[in-house]
Amino acid sequence: MILLDAIHIILPLLMIVSALIAVYLKDLVAATIALASMSLLLSLEFYILQAPDVAIAEAGVGAALTTAILILAIKATKRTEEEEE
Amino acid sequence: MKGMSTIVKTIANIGFPIITIYGLYVIAHGHLTPGGGFQGGAIVASGLALLAVAHGTSWVESKVKEHDLSMLESLGALGFIGLAFLGLLMGGAFFSNFLVDTSMLFGAIPVDGAANINTGGTLPLMNFAVGLKVIAGLFAIVLVMAIATNKEED
Repeated sequence: MILLDAIHIILPLLMIVSALIAVYLKDLVAATIALASMSLLLSLEFYILQAPDVAIAEAGVGAALTTAILILAIKATKRTEEEEE
Repeated sequence: MKGMSTIVKTIANIGFPIITIYGLYVIAHGHLTPGGGFQGGAIVASGLALLAVAHGTSWVESKVKEHDLSMLESLGALGFIGLAFLGLLMGGAFFSNFLVDTSMLFGAIPVDGAANINTGGTLPLMNFAVGLKVIAGLFAIVLVMAIATNKEED
């Protein structure tokens, strides 16, 4: 299956891209959404690797609960990251 | 933390029952389909976290106390280990599946490998116990985080 092999290469590359976006963004809520999308892509990769159990757990904990906790933490502090001197 | 806008609250109110029923489905079908106690509990807890983020900390704090959540979590652990010791008492071995091949709940034996919800013996009951523990535990984490950040703001 050439298509499946291509997906196995494309998905990790997209994960790396979204992780880099999460690092470079100054708006912390947007960075949190980028992290959640990385988690969602990881759960898709788990599903393609025939592990639906791990995929469901990853989608529930990684994409939903971590995002909620990070948004609660950002609400108590500042939304934008300050520039370093 | 105050609640978000009316749009967010309405969408959270619509989405919460759907997410909860899907999570309970994953828990109840744990012995037939992918998923189980932990996965379904994580889904239900994420629905509760959605409500907590949308409606604000003080609204959630007035509805549920952290003390009740830790009590529910302990109840789930006690149910799991109680079922295991009940197997020792009735089946002769720790974790023995004493309910299978009886006329009681979840006691049937599947015919020709067909999927039947009324099978599995004690496994669905253990999934329920684990699901209760995971729902209470993960939502307690979110609630403690919300309360801690709320105190910081005052």
